[in-house]
Amino acid sequence: MVPQSSLKNCLQLLCILQAPKAGFRSTASGGLIMQSTSNDVYQNLAVEDWIHDHMNLENQQVLFLWRNSPAVVIGRHQNPWQECNLRLLRQKNIKLARRRSGGGTVYHDLGNINLTFFTTRKKHERMENLKLVVKALKALRPQLDIHVTDRYDILLDRQYKISGTAAKLGRTAAYHHCTLLCNTDKLVLSSVLKSPYKGLKSNATPSVPAAVKNLFEEDSSLTSELLLDAIAEEYAMQHKIDRHINLINPADETVLPGINNKAKELQTWEWVYGKTPKFSVSTHFNIAYKDSVLDVKVDMDVKHGRIEVCNIDLPEQWLPPALCSELVKNLTGSKFCPNETTVLVTTLLRACPQDGDLQSRWNLLCENIKMLM
Amino acid sequence: KYVCVFDKSALKFSHQQRLFRTSAVSRGQIVQFKLSDIGEGITEVTVKEWYIKEGDSVSQFDSICEVQSDKASVTITSRYDGIIRKLHYSLDEIAYVGKPLVDIEIDASKGIATAEDVVEAPPMSHEEHTHQEIKGHKTLATPAVRRLAMENNIKLSEIVGTGKDNRILKEDILNYLAKQTGAILPPSPKAEIIPPLPKSEPMPAPPKDKARKIPVPVSRPIVFSGKDKTEPITGFHKAMVKTMSAALKIPHFCYCDEIDLTQLVQLREELKPLAQIRGVKISFMPFFIKAASLGLLQYPILNASLDENCQNVTYKASHNIGVAMDTEQGLIVPNVKNVQVCSVFEIASELNRLQSLGSAGQLGTSDLTGGTFTLSNVGTIGGTYTKPVILPPEVAIGALGKIQVLPRFNGKGEVFKAQIMNVSWSADHRIIDGATMARFSNLWKSYLENPASMLLDLK
Repeated sequence: MVPQSSLKNCLQLLCILQAPKAGFRSTASGGLIMQSTSNDVYQNLAVEDWIHDHMNLENQQVLFLWRNSPAVVIGRHQNPWQECNLRLLRQKNIKLARRRSGGGTVYHDLGNINLTFFTTRKKHERMENLKLVVKALKALRPQLDIHVTDRYDILLDRQYKISGTAAKLGRTAAYHHCTLLCNTDKLVLSSVLKSPYKGLKSNATPSVPAAVKNLFEEDSSLTSELLLDAIAEEYAMQHKIDRHINLINPADETVLPGINNKAKELQTWEWVYGKTPKFSVSTHFNIAYKDSVLDVKVDMDVKHGRIEVCNIDLPEQWLPPALCSELVKNLTGSKFCPNETTVLVTTLLRACPQDGDLQSRWNLLCENIKMLM
Repeated sequence: KYVCVFDKSALKFSHQQRLFRTSAVSRGQIVQFKLSDIGEGITEVTVKEWYIKEGDSVSQFDSICEVQSDKASVTITSRYDGIIRKLHYSLDEIAYVGKPLVDIEIDASKGIATAEDVVEAPPMSHEEHTHQEIKGHKTLATPAVRRLAMENNIKLSEIVGTGKDNRILKEDILNYLAKQTGAILPPSPKAEIIPPLPKSEPMPAPPKDKARKIPVPVSRPIVFSGKDKTEPITGFHKAMVKTMSAALKIPHFCYCDEIDLTQLVQLREELKPLAQIRGVKISFMPFFIKAASLGLLQYPILNASLDENCQNVTYKASHNIGVAMDTEQGLIVPNVKNVQVCSVFEIASELNRLQSLGSAGQLGTSDLTGGTFTLSNVGTIGGTYTKPVILPPEVAIGALGKIQVLPRFNGKGEVFKAQIMNVSWSADHRIIDGATMARFSNLWKSYLENPASMLLDLK
């Protein structure tokens, strides 16, 4: 994305974004279309927050278009351990973000487009928005068999999900955002959205898995750009506004004051992992050591992403009980995170007897416990 | 009785008495705040998160809870200022639109709240009352705060809001007033009338036996100090407590010296571009580390470990030299393995790897275990001499201060500009004596003061 908007556009945008209420006749009354110049999921989510918190939506509605480099986005009240393969995410350097709207988990990459419809709370209308999208797509390719379900999904050929929806309602403003699969890597999608973690029990909102398909597969002439343009055009038509797409740079504090703090907050561990509703892990694993295999049972309660209660059941005397209880004591209150655990257990090792065999057992046990995170 | 009288007279006078926060003597009215219409025909939602708990005070528009309906997450905000007295639902329970969500106790002096909180449309009309354009920015303040400002002739534009979204809170007005009127004396002439002169006016029911004056109300400086915050020590920090406690059991002795790095500084300048070409950033640490390893070859007792009962000393074959790093997780010490067979360049490149992993919080187990000797470059932050703490199971540690440009005498007795760095060594006095530490330090120092001499002993 080339972030070159002319100075005039920039100033115009500045005026529109920061228009105070009551008494100001917005130059672009009716609607405004904005597109992000960034592919950073945190920055883009921050723009949504910013518009929701600061923009005057009484006289105009806003459509925000954005795309992200590979990221998994979970819903406000979801459990990332339950929803995706965190190990794989870390390996592949795929970001994990928690959005503020509800709903389920999605995988974003540049082949997926995100649309956010901002309105006042009164005018929040998800079905209308999705019908707009379908209308735009059909205008582009009339032969497409697409329709909106009553669960606010858009289905292709009556069976493949090409769009999922979520919404956030605040005191006076609201937004509805949805995805649209143009040309996403389905292999990566299915592998990252499969959780390997066993024994999790939680009240977090679960995702509903669905078979997906890219619009590109249906018609290889379709690109993300074409789709974005078509949707912008339909929106402009329906709101009787100029078809102009305003480019917005999510790092620009002059246009969006306070935006960088919002983006930072979305990246904190406390938000991404710490907002996970309380859950428990109850599982066991086998350790092969020398000539024997032993079964280890682990029970943990995790609250705010931290281990509240921890129980490790080892065969007697495999590790000195004092050491085991030291491990449990230190894990309690610690983040349910493999990196944090690594630093913790290696530090504890310093105060352990310097017995090679003992240390190997300790390391083996700890590596297995980290696999649960 | 004194108090009663004082209060009564106070109420008559300046509204500024409101500056003093009194606890609610009279119980306010309890209002049931009902879950308002979410829209879209939704009748029930799940409560997903509470932002407040019973006993918390809330202001109008503060977030109370987050509820979820299918795919929509809705933030419910308070209609009133007051104190939360009851939460009608616990987490994950279903809440019903039109039914009570929380009970809020409203301060009686603020006026009576509307009797019935009927299912209503989102309070759009409040916008006009509560938002004010000032310099093109919205200024958020609740009606109560606005009234307070108005009564005290304060322009909201002059106040810096410290609440959410820069909202102006009551505390902000009060702090502003305190600054304006001074801390010690009563703020206005009116208030001074309050202590009646003991001679002229007989106070109703004063203690007759004690000829006490009615105390002059001392206008205490309005101190909205932060509250003490107690947190449990968890995770890595808890583990460090254990390590440091173990370290304390080691009898430390400290040996310090100063090193003239003038030649090394010049050498590094020459080598920097070469390393850059190879894609590696070279600091002083790789030289310090390699010189330490050369020194350990001569004094292997410094690279040893004492067993629990202090009965055996194990001389470690590998020089796994730890480098203390200040990261977000805390003070972490990854180590460079087998420095005795590494070149300065290899050490530099390994350091780069450890540093980037360290700042990302992604150091692995093998990086963090197996250390035999540690160097801590606290000088990058500052300081000269220090008394470092040995990291068990090691027996020695070195802390490097900052490099300063200082005047020193050269061989000819002339003053020249020298690049001086201080080093502070700590060692386990049970097995290491002062002489050993001093000799090791001198050797290390000689390698660094005359880098060319390292060439003779490099393996």
